[in-house]
Amino acid sequence: MLKKIAIASGKGGTGKTTVSVNLYYFIHKYWTDKVQLLDCDVEEPNDLIFFPEAREKSFNVVNQQVPKIDNSKCTYCRDCVEYCEFNAIVVIPTVKFAEVNASLCHSCGACLHACKHGAMLEYDHKIGEIKKFDLGIGLGLIQGELEIGSSMQTMLIKDVIKEYNPETEIVLMDAPPGTSCPVVTTSADADFILLVTEPTPFGLHDLQLTIELMREIHKPFAVIINKDGIGDGSMEKYLEAEDIEIIGRIAFSKEYAANYATGKILNNLDETQDSFYRNLVMNLKEKLN
Amino acid sequence: MKEITVLSGKGGAGKTSITAALVSLSERAVFCDSDVDAADLHLILKPEVKESYRFDSGYKAIIDSVKCIDCNICKEECRFDAIHTDKGFYEVNPFQCEGCRLCERLCPAEAIVSVKNENNFWYVSNTRFGPLVHARMGPGEENSGKLVTVVRRKAREIARSLNYDFILNDGPPGIGCAAISSLTGTSGVLMVIEPSMSGLHDAKRLLDLINSFNIKSYAIINKHDISNKLTDEIVQFLKNNNIPLLGKIPFDTMFTQAMIEGKSIVELYPEAKSSKVLKKIWDYILVN
Repeated sequence: MLKKIAIASGKGGTGKTTVSVNLYYFIHKYWTDKVQLLDCDVEEPNDLIFFPEAREKSFNVVNQQVPKIDNSKCTYCRDCVEYCEFNAIVVIPTVKFAEVNASLCHSCGACLHACKHGAMLEYDHKIGEIKKFDLGIGLGLIQGELEIGSSMQTMLIKDVIKEYNPETEIVLMDAPPGTSCPVVTTSADADFILLVTEPTPFGLHDLQLTIELMREIHKPFAVIINKDGIGDGSMEKYLEAEDIEIIGRIAFSKEYAANYATGKILNNLDETQDSFYRNLVMNLKEKLN
Repeated sequence: MKEITVLSGKGGAGKTSITAALVSLSERAVFCDSDVDAADLHLILKPEVKESYRFDSGYKAIIDSVKCIDCNICKEECRFDAIHTDKGFYEVNPFQCEGCRLCERLCPAEAIVSVKNENNFWYVSNTRFGPLVHARMGPGEENSGKLVTVVRRKAREIARSLNYDFILNDGPPGIGCAAISSLTGTSGVLMVIEPSMSGLHDAKRLLDLINSFNIKSYAIINKHDISNKLTDEIVQFLKNNNIPLLGKIPFDTMFTQAMIEGKSIVELYPEAKSSKVLKKIWDYILVN
């Protein structure tokens, strides 16, 4: 049975990528080799960095459909302007000017329905790429990479999360930071969400926002406290008061940070890490079965 | 007027802690939290809210299942896959709805209405260092880019009215819509780079974005002693791209301590090495 786990955080830099990459490795080791990792942080995808042996298998371009106005057919009636909720179309009848601002367009298609003169045409506008990698173990990595300058990260994420291999049993989705639409899109399909946080005031504040979101979208979740030992005790107090499960703790270590820095989190696995992730995998397996 | 946005690409590089430090060094400046999605600057600046506004982030569609005739037109035409029938009737997932109102316009039974989102707020506040414009987005909301534009516009207005000539923006992570809105039309971007392969990778993408808008940039390497190797690589990368490196800040638990106290590192530990580096950085930004 296919199960999907999203790894999210609210605050950036708390360890989503570290947990995602490790889970991929340890799910393969202790659960199933039919595991796939989806890097949904399309603005800044980093999972690939930790798999130096990765081989690119395929890539495809993702486009958004942006309308263009055919001036020979346009009657400057402004019906399209009326329909566009995103103020992306400017029509000035007196000077026969009609144009779509691609960076404001959400590609909803409303203007095509508005235009009765066949003056609205759509063309492809690149928003990013989806690359698939063989990682030697498991079913590999799928990475979305947003085109520089595009604001359509949510649209690209929607495409990334559809790309998983049909044979996959576990899909891991590494979410972008924040609590807005890109995170919702990544989590919407998930059976379970792991929230990776750090016990600092910023970490706590952003975790609270994320938990509010998880409750609103009715998703089961548990918290991993990373960099355990820094900060104060307010994180513990909050989680206890709210009766939120702490599914794991990773102690802060400057040495680990240095391994992370050089991309070597899977080359330096020790017994502590192995047993931590084995427990986490077993725990997740129980929850999801 | 000078407006600087602090960005990093990668999250957790130290944008907010560094912005807070620069804020506490500034005089006659307006501050702006452009990370509207997971805003944290207020935890240090402790604003006293003076004005509060509702941000109109658009619409969400709702289907009246009594009026619905199951024609499927809305579902077919919705490009955001926001309309679902798994419960045996047509309904809109509000988190997937972009608020384009196409379904409302096409519904032959007039069964769809659109309601305004009323979950986002923005504020004008006083802090111990000067005025702050900030926001609180409802979880899962859209259009964070538009909200960033709103708070930045207000910050400029305040700076003009007070005759201040400096605006400091704390930016969001990433390089998508919110980051773009936080940097367009600014006088410069201060990049905070963490010395890791991820930090460098993300900084490269950020720099491509900054350059595509022809905006000046400078950089700080934060937590430089986490990896000397990556710090060296970043120094080289900055040199190759003619980006001034304004300073290197060591990994310092004093930042966390200051955060716990609700203060900037410069306020709590003015004599710390990091604080001195930050002072130099601020002096540079003021005149360059």
